[in-house]
Amino acid sequence: MVGAACALYAARAGHSVALVDRGAVAGGTTGAGEGNLLVSDKEPGPELELALLSSRLWSELTAEPGAAEAVEFEAKGGVVVASSAEGLAALEKFAVEQRHAGVDARAVTADELYDLEPELAPGMPGGVHYPQDAQVMPTLAAAHLVRLARAAGARLLTGAPVTEVLRSADGSVRGVRTGRGEIHAPAVVNAAGTWGGELAALAGVRLPVLPRRGFVLVTEPLPRLVRHKVYAADYVADVASDSAALQTSPVVEGTAAGPVLIGASRERVGFDRTFSLPVVRSLAAGAARLFPFLESVRVMRSYLGFRPYMPDHLPAIGPDARVPGLFHACGHEGAGIGLATGTGHLIAGALGGAGPDPALAPFRPDRFPEEAS
Amino acid sequence: MRAEPGPAYTVTFDGAQVAVLPGQTVAAALWSAGVTAWRTTRGTGEPRGVFCGIGVCFDCLVTVNGRPNQRACLVRAEPGDDIRTQHGTGHEHVVGGEER
Amino acid sequence: MSRSPHEGADGGTACPSLAVIGAGPAGLAAALAAAVRGSRVTLIDAGAQAGGQFYRQPAEELGARRPQALHHQWRTWERLRDGLAAQIAAGRVTHLTDHHVWCVERLEETSGFLVHALHGPAQEEPSVVRADAVVLATGAYEKVLPFPGWTLPGVITAGGAQAMLKGGLVLQGRTAVVAGTGPLLLPVAAGLAAAGAEVAALVESAGAQGVARHARTFAVHPDKLVEGAGYVAELMRRRVRLKARHAVVEAQGDGALEAVSVAALDRDGRVVPGSEHVIACDTLAVGHGLLPHTDLAETLGCRLEGTAVAADDEQRTDVHGVWAAGEATGVGGAALSLAEGHIAGCSAAARLAGREPDPRAWEAAAKSRAKTRKFSTSLDAAFAPRAHWAEQVTDDTVVCRCEDVPASAIREAVGELGATDARTVKLLTRAGMGWCQGRMCGPAVAGLTGCEPVPSRRPFARPVPLGVLARAGEDLPDE
Repeated sequence: MVGAACALYAARAGHSVALVDRGAVAGGTTGAGEGNLLVSDKEPGPELELALLSSRLWSELTAEPGAAEAVEFEAKGGVVVASSAEGLAALEKFAVEQRHAGVDARAVTADELYDLEPELAPGMPGGVHYPQDAQVMPTLAAAHLVRLARAAGARLLTGAPVTEVLRSADGSVRGVRTGRGEIHAPAVVNAAGTWGGELAALAGVRLPVLPRRGFVLVTEPLPRLVRHKVYAADYVADVASDSAALQTSPVVEGTAAGPVLIGASRERVGFDRTFSLPVVRSLAAGAARLFPFLESVRVMRSYLGFRPYMPDHLPAIGPDARVPGLFHACGHEGAGIGLATGTGHLIAGALGGAGPDPALAPFRPDRFPEEAS
Repeated sequence: MRAEPGPAYTVTFDGAQVAVLPGQTVAAALWSAGVTAWRTTRGTGEPRGVFCGIGVCFDCLVTVNGRPNQRACLVRAEPGDDIRTQHGTGHEHVVGGEER
Repeated sequence: MSRSPHEGADGGTACPSLAVIGAGPAGLAAALAAAVRGSRVTLIDAGAQAGGQFYRQPAEELGARRPQALHHQWRTWERLRDGLAAQIAAGRVTHLTDHHVWCVERLEETSGFLVHALHGPAQEEPSVVRADAVVLATGAYEKVLPFPGWTLPGVITAGGAQAMLKGGLVLQGRTAVVAGTGPLLLPVAAGLAAAGAEVAALVESAGAQGVARHARTFAVHPDKLVEGAGYVAELMRRRVRLKARHAVVEAQGDGALEAVSVAALDRDGRVVPGSEHVIACDTLAVGHGLLPHTDLAETLGCRLEGTAVAADDEQRTDVHGVWAAGEATGVGGAALSLAEGHIAGCSAAARLAGREPDPRAWEAAAKSRAKTRKFSTSLDAAFAPRAHWAEQVTDDTVVCRCEDVPASAIREAVGELGATDARTVKLLTRAGMGWCQGRMCGPAVAGLTGCEPVPSRRPFARPVPLGVLARAGEDLPDE
């Protein structure tokens, strides 16, 4: 997704672009995502600013003819629910800070909460409504951005794993070698997501991207009984956690296609694709606590993906000072779909070489200390 | 195929009486009554009935006694069952047993 | 539903427990072999009675007087049925009917397995069986490749027609066409005719010569040859038209099936232009072979080979404590399933008791397995679905029946978006995301995409109520 956005904005900025993937479009983490375009779960800071920029760019993109349908864009808004009075107070305090940063965050009373989500479990004291939260169908969104990028002149090469980053004698990159031949270019953008660390290593630099596994449950198709993206207040704390251990907090949302999607689990277990019944059991229990009607609804499937986790929860975006011509656009953890547009926009600007962009400073790829080896 | 089943009983399909032999599935009962379609798809509204006959394809989904998405080829027809044609997701009118 | 009932295993370490999933030929053979050799067996099956699809029995209440009229190998069935009754009476086998297994969970800490099932009329009551080892005898389901009109009511799978006939003693309509390819078509046509349907034609895409080319293999299986010849004689007696190297290219009708268009095929499997003709019918029973149920195995982490579960000479999978037998390990018919099930049961019983099994104990079954595997390989070659079937799939033909995905969407994903695998096509088109989870459209999507059909991952072998999932395996008794 991030690669597609980088290709799109770079091609529209007039660069000659080759978009290379070892598999198919959306074959990695994108295809396993829920397609969240969120501002609600981000605390004030550089990631929230990137989210707000991305949100504006998504609105622009989906305003193009046919685009909203093509990517199943839904400006459905998010609702964060508190389960206790103390939880609500903390939530409202967080919302105040977000409002100062430019987020549309509206505190809602219990009555208003049930107007927004009539099927919620009784007894919730209130929550916060985030009208800017939206959703796309991630695979369709990536496919659509690829389509737009190709229309702007970009070339797509799928099934072409990068096996080497080609360097000149002075150390600067001059292209990549892929399973389908060499591509020569003065700039290489690493948008390999969860596998971004491996690609960085091919260029001789360390980028600490780690997989953070998540499961999603998908129910039978339903009419629109869950109207927003609804999650419990502890979700934000889980996202920000550094622990490798399993965390699950219920995130429930209806989709344009009918099924309700249920997340979100986070655990660092490497690239282990083994199904875990205890994890999805916990997801199911959490969802049923928020929406009791789901008890009798059937779960049809479950899938898993690996979020690209960075130790400080910020993506790596921009030029790598260690290798001239190398750029990174990865490590967005669970927010890559939403942050893709802003990332693509910033990368296109950086490729233009208009000097250091202050907006990129917090995302500097070489910000991590080298480990003594 | 000769058979000596127990006494027949009735169920209703969209309100009409249908005779059932003990042990028959909902699909078998409807077939016996000459009914071959009891669902419309949620995308294009096409009629559907039995396809795989062994519970794998989910084409024969039907609403029985207010419960949507029952597989007609697996579920036994019980005396007095209220069997209804199912449209869309099957949940449009009934959620959690309550009329909406 | 606040507590999960636990059945089968009731503690105690003296007698190791084996869960056998599926009560068709393979599962029955495995359960009997293991029970006789000292295992405590829980036989878990979706049917109301044992038998599986092959020995599917009419509901008892229907009081069928001669169910064997719809079956062959009736004596084998009687032997299995009586054996099961004896083992149940002796307390060595617990038979859980109407139990639909949705997941087998391997316990990391305590070793052993939890078999999670649903039972009851609406399949929403949870049931959990704890076992030291598992035999997967999950059988197969029918593959159908799409053609225009295949979603019309009245078009059913060949196996579905047979299942409705065997289980419910019912027919749909009066005039049937049986079509597709494979050895299943003959008994289905014969069964429909015997039950009173007018079978207007049996349309087989394989050429008679192609089948005859494998006559040498048939010749070492005189029983199979006789079986096939018996069906042919029965069909000829009823004047059913046998149309070899023909295919149904379209089902026609307004809201329900009224006729099929049948065309001749050339040697490459292409439709001979101008050969189409229409046959009026209200039932089309169609099938293009069988596919193994591999979901439970794959979720356990068992290695697959193509579309089947990989098993060694003892029918062991590569996951410790998990055996697989019958169609799940490759489609080969009831005789092969019986042999594999028997071997799995013998091997599991020995290993559960801590003994190294002696393969000489199942020598006869191993011989039968080798012979029938060879035979089924030759059948596969003779009855491969015709090449070029996709040429008749018009752009507006629905491929994914659950999500109403037309062929045009799949072609666009492949042609314009560069999708080269079924998973990407699924994500781009929703083909395979519906209730059946791609079991029906999987082979067609792979064919239209131009990739090998690989089973997609299905952690839940069937839909499970979220409330049941939320409490799965809770409150297990200590062992």
